[in-house]
Amino acid sequence: MPPDFIAAWLNRNEIFTAMTIMEYWDGMVTTVQLVFLCLIIGLAFAVPLAILRTVKNPFVSGPVWLYTYIFRGTPLLIQLYIIYYGVAQIPGIQETFWWEIFREPFYPALLAFTLNTCAYTTEIIRGAIISTPHGEIEAAKAYGMNWFMRMRRIVLPSAARRAVQAYSNEVIFMLHSSAIASVVTIVDLTGAARNIYSRFYAPFDAFIFVALCYMVLTFILVFVFRKIENRLLRHQRPVGS
Amino acid sequence: MKKLMIAASCALAMLTSGAHADERNLRIAFDVPYEPFEYKDENGDLTGFEVDLAAAMCEEMKADCEFVIQAWDGMIPGLLARKFDLIMSSMSITPERAERVLFSEPYYNTPGGWFGPDSFNADVTDMSAMKGKTVGVQRGTTMDTFVTEEMSGVVTIKRYTTADDMVLDLEGQRLDVVFVDYPVGEQTVLSKDGFKEVGEAVKLGEGVGVAMRKRDKDVAEEVNKALRKLKEDGTYDAIMKKYFAYDVKV
Repeated sequence: MPPDFIAAWLNRNEIFTAMTIMEYWDGMVTTVQLVFLCLIIGLAFAVPLAILRTVKNPFVSGPVWLYTYIFRGTPLLIQLYIIYYGVAQIPGIQETFWWEIFREPFYPALLAFTLNTCAYTTEIIRGAIISTPHGEIEAAKAYGMNWFMRMRRIVLPSAARRAVQAYSNEVIFMLHSSAIASVVTIVDLTGAARNIYSRFYAPFDAFIFVALCYMVLTFILVFVFRKIENRLLRHQRPVGS
Repeated sequence: MKKLMIAASCALAMLTSGAHADERNLRIAFDVPYEPFEYKDENGDLTGFEVDLAAAMCEEMKADCEFVIQAWDGMIPGLLARKFDLIMSSMSITPERAERVLFSEPYYNTPGGWFGPDSFNADVTDMSAMKGKTVGVQRGTTMDTFVTEEMSGVVTIKRYTTADDMVLDLEGQRLDVVFVDYPVGEQTVLSKDGFKEVGEAVKLGEGVGVAMRKRDKDVAEEVNKALRKLKEDGTYDAIMKKYFAYDVKV
């Protein structure tokens, strides 16, 4: 139970009733699910794609380049529209089992977000991989490590250290980009705010509250990444601190 | 010299504003496309029932009017921020809106209509038949309020910003049925093969009024006077016949 003064305040105002707070909460759950899932899946695919992207053979790196170029070169909103509305226009799709997945807006949105964040993450990791100091690789070769072992022991760990700061930006961008999920009928945080705004015609109350929700989520993300950076980059800390 | 010029320009300004004192400048906002109320014809010109009515009203008021296009979501904020002075974009009169804007007398009222595919055969007023169905509405409309109040928990409600997106999802079978302003449904859904009206149209609310800022009481008076005149002298009926096969007059 909330303290009495909060309950009293909630009873007095028209907009922030228990019902609308629940709507915001459900929206926050949807936003967190959507963003968390797309980041995890995106990162899982981005690591192998980034490695393929650094391979010298153009038949291997070319398709990955094309993929990242397309998804970084077009707005996420357009990608979402194409995936959500475009798929429904394919003749006969409603009779296939794919329709079970694409009927609801959640999976098309998840797919669009995953493809998008995966493209950006691939480029972030690729940049970190190709900036591995040459000496480290030569030293690893001198120790007789094969390609796979070099990747696992030397290149990827040091690339992760160089990528983590840029990646934390990508995570925060993704959180904010997820606001466009509301255009395909998903009631995420922004969707909840839009519904409440259209019911009460109080744009300031509805949107400032939702902005604060996003700021809280961002704060949590920044905190988590600070911890990860402290751990990965502890060798850079001044001695004695 | 400078002072003289300032004085001269002040005098000029006073003279010119005096000459136009009778002629009001009004900016009227529409959200397009919302056929047949406001949309762009093949040449890209703004047209429709409300556009024609607005033009006739301006003539009646002897006002100098400018038509502005504004997306629905920003309608009331835009009005309050003085981006325009009147909204004539099918804004239904509701108590919540009346808290923030001043409405004229209603100038039309259309029912909400139920539209769905030919295969849809449930009775929309029967809650047990409607259970588990997915209903599409436009966010913030009186149809949205109706479905939210009467059918929450029975049906899944999907809210859309534009009618186009909603109809696309009806065609794509993501929605079982849509509840939309009747003329809009007639133009967008019924014009396609395989769709029909699936339930009795429901008259909701007071109707649609011109929305103004609360302090513009004098404008509201003139608007009401002009609308009453148009309804009486047959101009309204002539415009209505151009766009509707049925009566929307209130």
